[in-house]
Amino acid sequence: MTLLEVDNLRVTFPSDQGPVEVVRGLSFALGRERLGIVGESGSGKSMTGRAIMGLIGAPGQATADRMAFEGRDLRHLPEREMRKLRGARMSMVLQDPKFSLNPVIRIGDQIAEALEFHTRLSARARRARVLEALEAVRIDDPERVARLYPHEVSGGMGQRVMIAMMVVMEPALMIADEPTSALDVSVRGQVLDIMDDLVRRRGMGLLLISHDLNMVARWCDRILVMYRGQIVEELGAGALHEAQHPYTRGLLASLPRLNEDRATLPVLDRAALDGFMAGGDR
Amino acid sequence: MIAVQNLNVRYGDTTVLHGVSLAVAQGESFALVGESGSGKSTILKALAGQVADWQGQMRLAGQDLQPGRKAHLARQVQMVFQDPYGSLHPRRSVDDTLAEPLAIHGIKGRDARVLAMLDAVGLPRRFRFRLPHQLSGGQRQRVAIARALMLEPPVLLLDEPTSALDVSVQAEIMNLLKGLREEKGLTFLLVTHDLPVVSFLCDRLAVLRAGRVEETAEVATLRAAGLQSAYGRELLERSGLV
Repeated sequence: MTLLEVDNLRVTFPSDQGPVEVVRGLSFALGRERLGIVGESGSGKSMTGRAIMGLIGAPGQATADRMAFEGRDLRHLPEREMRKLRGARMSMVLQDPKFSLNPVIRIGDQIAEALEFHTRLSARARRARVLEALEAVRIDDPERVARLYPHEVSGGMGQRVMIAMMVVMEPALMIADEPTSALDVSVRGQVLDIMDDLVRRRGMGLLLISHDLNMVARWCDRILVMYRGQIVEELGAGALHEAQHPYTRGLLASLPRLNEDRATLPVLDRAALDGFMAGGDR
Repeated sequence: MIAVQNLNVRYGDTTVLHGVSLAVAQGESFALVGESGSGKSTILKALAGQVADWQGQMRLAGQDLQPGRKAHLARQVQMVFQDPYGSLHPRRSVDDTLAEPLAIHGIKGRDARVLAMLDAVGLPRRFRFRLPHQLSGGQRQRVAIARALMLEPPVLLLDEPTSALDVSVQAEIMNLLKGLREEKGLTFLLVTHDLPVVSFLCDRLAVLRAGRVEETAEVATLRAAGLQSAYGRELLERSGLV
């Protein structure tokens, strides 16, 4: 079943030189799967995530020919309705738990906030749900962690708390914007595992936004490669090395390998790339 | 060029380095690999004279180091930091940033030296009077590298020099560092969590965990995924490279 359909999404910001389009005609559909969006800074990948959540604030503007979530058109949904969806049916996990958690609210209370806003559960029932959510992200002693403040937990634990906060409402769609970039390699695997588990068991759709080609390739069912606000290529899982577009190929070539024996690394030829983009089929 | 013997560093009651020893030859590039909290950055800080109190012996470029900051140390060793957005003064032009170490150390011919350094790190000369916000991330990191090289130190300490940069820019900076090292015969001590970066830039590496050296290996061993220590193997696995 299609969870999310986006057709011709454009995000524009005004500037001194006139409007700048940072997302330029993006179209894709997401089912109950893991879809990766890869690109470098400025490629528009984060803006895509925000546009879906309805979080492009003025003076920025998001337009689309179609943007449907569970069959509902998001484009003209009033803010009140949007607020009912956000945090309940669709959630977002951001890069750094240090900045996305409120430093002066206990972790348990922060997770309960969404339940308080979206449901009429009793305090006791909310507490049970919070502990359940913490357990779902493999926190062994949820009782203790729920009482802690964000500065008392490590980065990996903080990110798990963020995810617990998202899953407590059992959303249908989770948008994760660089969920692991601020974490150590050893913790990264765990966090990805937990998200994977949620996708499989609860049938969630996941949109994973990242700059890390290899991580996304190992981990998603499909990958969209973005460059300058456009999708330049769509790849299936494990098909990263069949990439055709010169941008994707350039990126892959510029990554050092474990058994590196090249004297210099090839650098992306941006002039040639822009020439290709202008003359290409897109 | 760098010899560290039995280095202990404590912050309050917490010991962050437990008897670390390592030796880096002149012209060699050595990597410290480990996760946050393993103490890898503390080793760099201690060598740069930024750790007030430590025990053990450290020799750098033929001199014994003493705890505390010494001005002359700046001529021997300089550091490049991870985040070029945080390590450059936002209100100072590239020219100010590069000329300052020369002014402090009373070195003449600033003009020519700044221009030569811009050329060396591949920054167009027209960028000389720009401010950091007018530069891209990769260009800023070039400025940070240029600043580190202004006093012509034989040793460069690199703390995750490419991990804050975009993938396509990382390659440019790695190529630059490799080229500069060959050209100027520099000695590198590089901190990273990215094993392929070690493979490209370094000759040897030490695997650190919780303030201890678990293993020291040649880069050939790393390339063949042959790290011996349990933790070294774990790092390889978790990087998804084996």
